[in-house]
Amino acid sequence: MGTYKIQSRGVFMKLAYWMYAGPAHIGTLRVASSFKNVHAIMHAPLGDDYFNVMRSMLERERDFTPVTASIVDRHVLARGSQEKVVENITRKDKEERPDLIVLTPTCTSSILQEDLQNFVDRASMGADCDVILADVNHYRVNELQAADRTLEQVVRHYLEKAKRQGCLDLRKTEKPSANILGIFTLGFHNQHDCRELRRLLKELGVETHQVIPEGGSVSQLQFLPNAWFNIVPYREVGLMAAEYLEKEFGMPYVSTTPMGVVDTAHCIREIQSIINSQAGHEIVNYQSYIDQQTRFVSQAAWFSRSIDCQNLTGKRAVVFGDATHAASMTKILSREMGIQVVCAGTYCKHDAGWFREQVASFCDQVLITDDHTEVGDLIAKVEPAAIFGTQMERHIGKRLDIPCGVISAPVHIQNFPLGYRPFLGYEGTNQIADLVYNSFTLGMEDHLLEIFGGHDTKEVITKSLSTDTDLRWSAEGQAELSRIPGFVRSKIKRNTEKFARQNNLNEITVEVMYAAKEAFTQ
Amino acid sequence: MKPLTHTEPLHFECETGNYHTFCPISCVAWLYQKIEDSFFLVVGTKTCGYFLQNALGVMIFAEPRYAMAELEEGDISAQLNDYQELRRLCSQIKKDRNPSVIVWIGTCTTEIIKMDLEGMAPRLEMELGIPIVVARANGLDYAFTQGEDTVLAAMAHRCPDSGRAKQQSRTHIDENDSLSSRGLRSLLSFPVPSTTEQTAHPPLVLFGSLPATVAAQLGLELKRQGIQVSGWLPAQRYAELPSLGEGVHVCGVNPFLSRTATTLMRRRKCKLIGAPFPIGPDGTRAWIEKICAVFGIQPKGLQEREEQVWKGLEGYLRLVRGKSVFFMGDNLLEVSLARFLVRCGMVVYEIGIPYMDKRYQAAELALLQSTCQEMGVPFPRIVEKPDNYHQVQRIRELHPDLAITGMAHANPLEARGISTKWSVEFTFAQIHGFTNARDILELVTRPLRRNHSLQELGWVQLVQSPV
Ligand code: SF4
Repeated sequence: MGTYKIQSRGVFMKLAYWMYAGPAHIGTLRVASSFKNVHAIMHAPLGDDYFNVMRSMLERERDFTPVTASIVDRHVLARGSQEKVVENITRKDKEERPDLIVLTPTCTSSILQEDLQNFVDRASMGADCDVILADVNHYRVNELQAADRTLEQVVRHYLEKAKRQGCLDLRKTEKPSANILGIFTLGFHNQHDCRELRRLLKELGVETHQVIPEGGSVSQLQFLPNAWFNIVPYREVGLMAAEYLEKEFGMPYVSTTPMGVVDTAHCIREIQSIINSQAGHEIVNYQSYIDQQTRFVSQAAWFSRSIDCQNLTGKRAVVFGDATHAASMTKILSREMGIQVVCAGTYCKHDAGWFREQVASFCDQVLITDDHTEVGDLIAKVEPAAIFGTQMERHIGKRLDIPCGVISAPVHIQNFPLGYRPFLGYEGTNQIADLVYNSFTLGMEDHLLEIFGGHDTKEVITKSLSTDTDLRWSAEGQAELSRIPGFVRSKIKRNTEKFARQNNLNEITVEVMYAAKEAFTQ
Repeated sequence: MKPLTHTEPLHFECETGNYHTFCPISCVAWLYQKIEDSFFLVVGTKTCGYFLQNALGVMIFAEPRYAMAELEEGDISAQLNDYQELRRLCSQIKKDRNPSVIVWIGTCTTEIIKMDLEGMAPRLEMELGIPIVVARANGLDYAFTQGEDTVLAAMAHRCPDSGRAKQQSRTHIDENDSLSSRGLRSLLSFPVPSTTEQTAHPPLVLFGSLPATVAAQLGLELKRQGIQVSGWLPAQRYAELPSLGEGVHVCGVNPFLSRTATTLMRRRKCKLIGAPFPIGPDGTRAWIEKICAVFGIQPKGLQEREEQVWKGLEGYLRLVRGKSVFFMGDNLLEVSLARFLVRCGMVVYEIGIPYMDKRYQAAELALLQSTCQEMGVPFPRIVEKPDNYHQVQRIRELHPDLAITGMAHANPLEARGISTKWSVEFTFAQIHGFTNARDILELVTRPLRRNHSLQELGWVQLVQSPV
């Protein structure tokens, strides 16, 4: 290992079982492999190409994932990986004739002091394709930040290249047009959202100029500025590229996520004002379109007035997910359905400020964390009637017997439905209404069954995710507890235990339960 | 058919090593379940954690007995101390889970920054009073199932010495004897033949992690031959690790355990029985026969037992006979599976394999060779450290009836009309012994049966331009 020194020897460890956002290289690979004819080469040990399995399994991809590894092994450790990396790049260039190769560093590269940029420079001399080094550091950014950064890097690379070659054409398309930035592989319902957005734009008379990175071609990137404006549907990925395009080419962008009836209308009005200001005078007015869609096409506005939704009034929910989906969902539940969001949270710690601002007036409490046990404990404590979260929250819900609708990545294969399931636009509002309604009614049916003695044989005493309490329940106490209807049982259990603890009782008998009840009703 | 002689060797090739496989840390997935009182701590980065989280799927949510000690870029000025950090985490684990052993899995990062896990473990072990085993199961050195090999090799050092153990096992056997004779016998320092014929051979320890039922089945097969298994590495609990030492015979049940085998021979002075692996009825019979031969026992009824199993498989065999198969290679079970499939009447075009220990696998390779000769099929090409890109080219050329491959390639190959079986399933399914031969064929024929039932529909090629 002679050629390597360690950059930083102070290592901090934390005990982790589960993470919401993956390592940086995953973000880079997701962006790179979404483009057509772009190949990513990871600088990584054997086994780190698990990305290919995920893409092939979750997205059920028919094509080989254009990601290979330039493998770091003992041999490479001893001699440096320059030769191998350069060789792998030139080989891939010949085999696949890609437009671009993205050399992708991993956690392993981050601690090896190798000049990967130098390898890229060398390799690009012999290769026909473009070669770039993804500018991401494992220890500084997570999957989502890396994806955002990589998309910007690729866009910048091709615009600067066109500028250098003097072939940059900044003329706008004749009719209003937009690019959609940030649709990519393994994104939560991205494909469906993209289709819905295109449809929306079409109905607004706006031509979809380019969608990147999914299905996009890097050779077309130099024409991005021909569109009138950009749309960034998700906070997490695309903003950096949009900001770059605004700064360099004066392209305005819309970053309001068109999720839910109200925000979809917001988004459309923003599009309207951008188009009119680009045109210099009013050429579009979408008010009647919004009105028509809201009242008659989308079922969500009507749903919110219907008796069904009335029954949801004041029901308590917890929302957790990435910043985009958690914020939008919180607003929909609170503003459009009259549901009480007791806690809204996100694992996008790097975007905490924005998130707080978005949800501040729509929930009782904000939670910013990437520690799933914190989320689990909070849910166990507040006992909502439903959860809207990621796969992790779904499992927390299972253990606590609380229904959960999945609204955000990280996701499993069932979150890649074959049927049409957008979350954005007017069809998205219908899907979300179904999701919310089904989550709550399932929960209610369950409780009704329990009240009428439907299936009351299961163990009822474990509603806490944290470690077991020091308290003992007597047999009569337990029997009494099980007679209490399901939906209030855990609350009564908790109050009783709290009472017992306050009074230094370590066994809970029927008497203690009644005493607790009196104490709490006073 | 070109006649082949025994002297004609199998042909080995080595490619670039650009292939897809699981990182060896994945062994925690099955080992924490096998060793019930263990806790696995993977000392690595988010990359390792992400892999485990996704590869293990739903197991994650069941409060598994494993965790990541996630290395983050520390604040250099804070000068955090690795030892203190590990101590903090392990104390927490001890408090929350109270395991009988903590296994530290070293990763690429701990290798590169040269974190001295082996040095720290004994100190911490003393301090916490809980055994800490260190296994370097990283992606720099190993592939997939070799992770288990590194863990078992490390555990081999922790097995009690057979001198002590002989006494233990004797007390166990003699439980029904009178007190006086037990007292007398425990004074003797040599093995005492008991009333049953089962101790008429030196102690036999099997190594390789198998589900409890499969281990029991194999034990039973040996018992029929009058052979007593005196222990397994690993056992169901850490506290039950088998005794090792001079005079103890050991035999592997899986082809990827070469480090463990070496450790058992060199460090624990055990005698290794080099046999084919008990995968498929042919492998199982050869495995038992070899053990019998070493112990000078004449096997009884083995041939009939094997034939009976084959008869029971006839329904499956009809589906596979004459079909061709291509192993891309990722879990080191490939040679044994290929040998079994040749015996089933298939033609194997290529055996890709991450790493080939010709000494540890010698008996298995010899059986492959003789099986090919008996079945009158050409030797497969054995490709070590394969190159997936080149393999896909060869698959397109050869168009095998079945490709056994990782999940990264399975869907794309299916879309191009090539039937595939996901190789990882062989690692998790029960495939050892006479009883489980059916399960192997169940897996192998699944794509063939599925495609048979879809045959009429006319959509095989599902990509637009099959370049
Ligand atoms: S290859 Fe190395 S870095 Fe990657 S998951 Fe395995 S141990 Fe971790």
